[in-house]
Amino acid sequence: MLIKSLKNTFLVIALGILISACSTTATKKSAGGSDVYTGTDTVKYLATGVADRVFFGTNSKNLTSAAKATLDKQAAYIKSSKISVVIEGHADERGTREYNLALGERRANAVSDYLMSKGIAKSSIKVISYGKERPASKESSALAWSQNRRSVTVKSK
Amino acid sequence: MKKFYLTFFSILFFTQASFALVKIDITRGNLEPLPAAISKFYMEDPSKFSAELKALKLEEKIPELISNNLKRSGLFHIIDPKSYIQSPNIAHVKPTFQDWALIKAQIMVSGKLVIDSKKRLRVEFRLWDVIAGKEIEGLALFATPSSWRRISHIISDKIYERMTGELGYFDTRIIYVAETGSKTQRVKRLAIMDQDGANNKYLTLGNELVLTPRFNPTAQMITYMSYFKNLPRVYLLNIETGMQEVVGDFPGMTFAPRFSPDGKKIIMSFAKDGNSDIYSMDIATRVVEQLTSHPSIDTSPSYSSDGKYITFNSDRSGAQQIYVMRSDGSNAKRISFGEGLYGTPVWSPRGDLIAFTKIYKGSFYIGVMRSDGSGERLLTQNYYQEAPSWSPNGRVLIFYRETKSGKSGIGGSSSLWSIDLTGYNERKIKTLTDASDPAWSGLLSK
Repeated sequence: MLIKSLKNTFLVIALGILISACSTTATKKSAGGSDVYTGTDTVKYLATGVADRVFFGTNSKNLTSAAKATLDKQAAYIKSSKISVVIEGHADERGTREYNLALGERRANAVSDYLMSKGIAKSSIKVISYGKERPASKESSALAWSQNRRSVTVKSK
Repeated sequence: MKKFYLTFFSILFFTQASFALVKIDITRGNLEPLPAAISKFYMEDPSKFSAELKALKLEEKIPELISNNLKRSGLFHIIDPKSYIQSPNIAHVKPTFQDWALIKAQIMVSGKLVIDSKKRLRVEFRLWDVIAGKEIEGLALFATPSSWRRISHIISDKIYERMTGELGYFDTRIIYVAETGSKTQRVKRLAIMDQDGANNKYLTLGNELVLTPRFNPTAQMITYMSYFKNLPRVYLLNIETGMQEVVGDFPGMTFAPRFSPDGKKIIMSFAKDGNSDIYSMDIATRVVEQLTSHPSIDTSPSYSSDGKYITFNSDRSGAQQIYVMRSDGSNAKRISFGEGLYGTPVWSPRGDLIAFTKIYKGSFYIGVMRSDGSGERLLTQNYYQEAPSWSPNGRVLIFYRETKSGKSGIGGSSSLWSIDLTGYNERKIKTLTDASDPAWSGLLSK
């Protein structure tokens, strides 16, 4: 009996350690009170120094200052190379499918609006939403979800 | 797809207004399913049966399929056939009720297969009330050998109806999205199967992403969303002819389609410049009507069973919530006020309830509430599940679940599930591949 209950206590303690470990990582990621991804792990480049994507907070279409800096570079590149682009809007896997389609469209348009405000013609931008259908990261984790809440600017063929 | 591969007509016989002593109260969680015996069917004059027909073993297969249907409903307990002592012939013609009472059966189903003078296969069944000692239902159907599954479903529906007082849901089909491949490059195909998973067929090849198929409640038609040519649009597909077409002429993404209860309209969302609103289109006249006009996301619309109201999903309050408005778009009112987010409202075909997905503290729930938002009841909690769809009698919900995936996507899968409105009888629906976005058809024989 005693051994059994001791075992249980140990399990509880072990779990406790795990949980606190998890929450520490989570806090690190969401430093600054937002869960927008700030890393470069999944990022590809349209041209040297011109990142192809920007990231969003949960259920948000707001552009962070980092996102705006990326889009400024994209705007300059699109102008100088006279290309047309497609803005793909994406959501993480933690929402309902239909709402996520609308959310992806909202994000892609936030990016498109910003690029137009930097002088890109409406005619050279198309938007498409993929909702939660085309994640960049396969894992089910807070980090992967933050990498998947994104818009990606692609050269149109 | 072939037309109804069935040429049958039915004769109700022995319909004396008999009063059954046994009855199932379907409105409660049935913790004690009704004990039922399903006898093997009796083959009359086997010499008239062709070798091929004999090889089908319908005298065993039909009662087996009926047993499986009734078992899955959670309302019946099927007594082990090994304990049946009466021959199928006697059971069908003049059963000795004591024999069935002895093994605690409260109802008994018997049947007969006959090749008639025109060489047609006739399937008869009788439902007996063992306690009252009399027949309470009977039916004879002409069948082609290939239609035996449908015949069995129709008989199952008759039994369900007689015992619960409500229409059944066994002679129905489910349309869903079959999923294969890696999470980042998922291949999705439209698929259709019988309610019990049999006769699975793929309707698209998987070259483009397809999502959210839904049945027309009155015709062999579905509406769904496809990324054909990278233009995400709502499509209409006739599953008998295979003809498909884009719904409406919209300069942007259309999604979240659903039919009106009379099957004459499609209601859906149209997204433009970052804003999604709800539109309806009359299928015959092609007249499009804009129903909401709000700078928020308005999506997942679903008509009430009388067509007078529409429930939908909107984040106009700042977060995803459920609303109800008149079907002309006027008088929108929020009805969900619990904690968390609410999505995918879908009106019960009975008219009384709205099923939904609720997201709260990292969990996903399937629940129901009345159309004024009162009486919220959560039926099931999971890591991820959404998009309930009602059985045509409004007693069962199907939905899909996704599991967590590890670093390289390992462990991530999607599957179809069903649960009774009572919150009991949760079951996984077997599919050949991973599956999502299930939707139930109406009763095929109605």
